[in-house]
Amino acid sequence: MSSLQTLDIAQRSATTAPSPSIRQSPEVAKLIDVSTCIGCKACQVACMQWNDLRDEIGANAGTYDNPTDLTPDSWTVMRFSEVVQEENRLEWLIRKDGCMHCAEPGCLKACPAPGAIVQYANGIVDFISENCIGCGYCVAGCPFDVPRISKKDNKAYKCSLCSDRVAVGLEPACVKACPTGAIHFGTKEDMHEYAETRLVDLKERGFAKAAVYDPPGVGGTHVMYVLQHGDKPELYHNLPANPRISPMVGLWKGIAKPLATAAIGLTAFFAFFHFVKVGPNDAEAPDVLDVDDGIVRNDDPRPRA
Amino acid sequence: MKIIRRYSDSERVNHWLVAICFVLAALSGLAFFHPAFAFLVHLFGGGPWARILHPFIGVVMFLAFLLMMLRYWHANTMDAGDKQWLRQWRDVVANREDRLPEVGRYNAGQKAMFWLMVICMIVLVITGIMFWRPWFAGFLPISLVRLASLLHAIAATVLIIGVIVHVYAGIWVKGSIGAMLRGTVTERWARKHHAAWFREINK
Repeated sequence: MSSLQTLDIAQRSATTAPSPSIRQSPEVAKLIDVSTCIGCKACQVACMQWNDLRDEIGANAGTYDNPTDLTPDSWTVMRFSEVVQEENRLEWLIRKDGCMHCAEPGCLKACPAPGAIVQYANGIVDFISENCIGCGYCVAGCPFDVPRISKKDNKAYKCSLCSDRVAVGLEPACVKACPTGAIHFGTKEDMHEYAETRLVDLKERGFAKAAVYDPPGVGGTHVMYVLQHGDKPELYHNLPANPRISPMVGLWKGIAKPLATAAIGLTAFFAFFHFVKVGPNDAEAPDVLDVDDGIVRNDDPRPRA
Repeated sequence: MKIIRRYSDSERVNHWLVAICFVLAALSGLAFFHPAFAFLVHLFGGGPWARILHPFIGVVMFLAFLLMMLRYWHANTMDAGDKQWLRQWRDVVANREDRLPEVGRYNAGQKAMFWLMVICMIVLVITGIMFWRPWFAGFLPISLVRLASLLHAIAATVLIIGVIVHVYAGIWVKGSIGAMLRGTVTERWARKHHAAWFREINK
């Protein structure tokens, strides 16, 4: 997305002072009910239409996944998983993949460009592409493998949760287009409430482990799933069971920053004060053992004049 | 005042090429490391240009450093006198040079700095290539890219601290910056700081 003037920025990449945040807004969420998704890809079409993006036409790779992966032009992709857990019982698990809009976004934590990634008070994590420098740190930071760097302009792209639509009170384009009502949008609280009713229904139908996917390892997400097999999210095209920001990224973009900065500053500080205390080590300086130059030094045993 | 040649023209060009690349790589690298340094991207024409230039500057620095490494490898092997020199670091920092064992072309501190820089430069160039976009990062598993990013930041921090010490030592020990700028030192400088080297070249 481009930068819209906003008063409700909760977090801004590579920025230590507060951003404009006087406007309050409730946290929103998109709830994707995998159990009612038919894999029609209307959401994918709506996404490319609203964002006015046209991906290259690819080749069939033997599955219904089209395109086969997220790309800078395809911000959401239906992932089709054929799963046989019990003999003679094929399950077709179809997950709408895309940015999860983490409450604690790894991309934003890793991003070194001020304001290239922002999180609004409503929880949406947005790439402000004009500030992007193309370093790819967001890719390393993301626990869901979502951001994609364009070969055309070296900028990172991903789902914006239609932040432009949401800002004016509309639902994301994919939500509007879904013909079965599998994609819901509202406050995060309302989405949890609705999801509970879905879990009751699914459990009645024999899915005893049905659950809402709102992983606490990233502080929860603003895109949530209703999963029939909530105990095995990996079945859904390797949706991580306990996603979290990698400890290596945590170190690199966490404690290493102040520690290294302090260590560099202290080294320069001690070097300067070493000079103040000890002074230069000067081979050319006349010393008392040289010739008597008439100068009486502090450590000279001779009495001062 | 007798003048002694310590560094040839090509040695000095080599050194300052590494030094200039280091300053540019450190300034652009710090800009990506901590928001406090983010303003430094403007020295390079903005964020995208800093991102584009940083790795190329780094590769030039490494290649130039590689030459220095080959030049000075043999002059930097540690011996028993060096260990004693290091044990007496208090005398070193207090300017009590007369109490230290005689020093050859390089003292133990300079030798330690040499090896520290060798290690840091090798780690930096390998890890840097590993997360260089758009060229190489895409071919590696993401866990390796993350590890490389972390190691790159650590090696860079150690190198920056090392260079601050290196530059300060040059300011502290008067005549050293001149040695690398003009290539010459005075006889007194050589006798005071590198007595064994002085005897060696006067054989």
